[in-house]
Amino acid sequence: MIFSFDLLVNAIVSGILIGGFYAAVTAGVSLSFGILDIVNIAHPAFIILGSYTAYIVNATLGIDPIVTSIILAPAFYALGAVIYQIYYVSFEKRGQESLRGIAFFFGLLFITEVSLVLYFGVDYRYVEAPYIGPTWHFGFVDVPLRIVVPFLVSLLLIAALQLVLSRSFVGRAIMAVAQDQLALRLMAVDPIRIKRIAFGISIATASVAGAFLIIIQPVEPSVGREYIGRVFAICVLGGMGSLPGTVIAAMLVGIVESLTSTFYGPSWAPAVSFGFLLLTLAVRPAGLLGR
Amino acid sequence: MRSDIFFLICLAASAALYAGAAALGNDYVFFAGYVVLQYVVLSTAWNILGGYCGYVNFGSAAFFALGAYSTVAMHKLHPLPIPFLVLIGGVVSGVVGLGMGYLTLRLRGAFFAIATLALAVVLQTLVVNWDYVGGSRGAYIVRPETLAPFGPYIRYLFTIMLLLAVGAVTVARLIERSRLGYGFATIRDDELAAEASGVPTLTLKLIATVISGALMGMAGAPFPYYIGFLQPSSAFGLDYAVNSIAMPLIGGTTSWVGPLIGAVLLGSLQQIATVTISSAVNLLIVGCLLVAFVIIAPNGIVGLVQRYVQHKPEDFVGRRKVETDAPEAVP
Repeated sequence: MIFSFDLLVNAIVSGILIGGFYAAVTAGVSLSFGILDIVNIAHPAFIILGSYTAYIVNATLGIDPIVTSIILAPAFYALGAVIYQIYYVSFEKRGQESLRGIAFFFGLLFITEVSLVLYFGVDYRYVEAPYIGPTWHFGFVDVPLRIVVPFLVSLLLIAALQLVLSRSFVGRAIMAVAQDQLALRLMAVDPIRIKRIAFGISIATASVAGAFLIIIQPVEPSVGREYIGRVFAICVLGGMGSLPGTVIAAMLVGIVESLTSTFYGPSWAPAVSFGFLLLTLAVRPAGLLGR
Repeated sequence: MRSDIFFLICLAASAALYAGAAALGNDYVFFAGYVVLQYVVLSTAWNILGGYCGYVNFGSAAFFALGAYSTVAMHKLHPLPIPFLVLIGGVVSGVVGLGMGYLTLRLRGAFFAIATLALAVVLQTLVVNWDYVGGSRGAYIVRPETLAPFGPYIRYLFTIMLLLAVGAVTVARLIERSRLGYGFATIRDDELAAEASGVPTLTLKLIATVISGALMGMAGAPFPYYIGFLQPSSAFGLDYAVNSIAMPLIGGTTSWVGPLIGAVLLGSLQQIATVTISSAVNLLIVGCLLVAFVIIAPNGIVGLVQRYVQHKPEDFVGRRKVETDAPEAVP
């Protein structure tokens, strides 16, 4: 009995820590899908792209992956702004975002993944950093540092993002564009520019989330696919675009996945997020902290 | 043209196709042709929901694999002739489509798309953990070398897939010209207005999901016999998901001709590219073509042909185009 209690506590602790990482992965989708209503299913592919850029810089220059990802975030922001511009001109403006817009992102997901496979192959890649090896022990609870560091940085990142969204002018405009685009135009703000900025920020978070991912586990190009269901499940469960909701939902999914893999075996864990998604859609489509 | 006449013409065309393939005297033609026909069924099935109703299904691989794995399960339980397995595969996939559609189709379209994306991952998890159908190790299906009237077994499989393709295209054409098809079109063009005019949108969407899912399952049912050794990774391959979306969108989504053209063109191109270049590169080509077509030619090849041959403006090719300087705010 003591033995399984140990396991239970360990599973919950690691679930919470992994949940912090999931929150960083989902923050970008909460922004694009939750607030802007852009079904960016290619988001996990951009995260993998972030992992690979962190890997390249780490392997050649030896710079810490998280530092690299923050330095490279503006490049990802620019990429996001360009993608939004293409998306706006080709789909949103013509009112075709529901079918062809989604297919567009699906194509992007596919092109990114296959290009990475062609260039890097399907070998698992990993990074070097001083905090990847050691583990802290608190009594019977083991806490690997490679998960603690992304957890802490992730919470900082989301807090900063929440601060920007609720306090700054641009942030408030982003929240407003979700509610009433016309009213925003009447306030002499260009909604397209605001959406471009928001989508850029959303892709910029993928850079940092990608660095977390490759710190936590070795990465190969198709790993991103596992995250699609998870990311959208967390986004919907959290209440579409509410960052505090995203954090709570991410930890919930993290804990349940961790318990599932501890007590039923890791091969069942991917089914958890889908269960959450269907349950949320069936019972409470507005999510935990929905508008 | 009446549908029964159309069906007879299709049958005659497929008989000619079979005779032509047999005349070449090389069974590889049947192996490659089977894959192309499989894509004809998959993309036509996808188009019934995606093209006619405007709801994106990313889970084609999941429905296809459901058909394939119900065959494996039945094969272990009690071997049946393939036509029965096709029916069983269709029923299983149709029921799963109904269940998932009921949970997600009441909400905005995006939720359905995401749920289908996640469905593939979850079904793969279930299959990997289900030892009865081979789990992650895969399952062997020993197929006979020959079958009486057909000669080599692959010709039998080819014939089944040919009939399925004819059936799928006929069904799609029938739907397009029926009350059901007009109902689907109202959902695609403006679901809110359709609902307000008394169109039973949820029922229609569920009908489309069930027909589409069942056809995909039927396409998957003979697959274990074709490949001989079925692994989760081959049944749930990303190629099925991406091709069944890319082919209708490249061919044109508003009529039954589009998916047919897209599947035959892209399918043959991929068969050639797989042999001459590599399978990864040909998937990259499909991805790039998909993105290029949705941006540049939203109505696909059919739309391009109609615009240049009949001098029809693209805006009137089946789909209403909303042209505003900025999108309206979503309430």
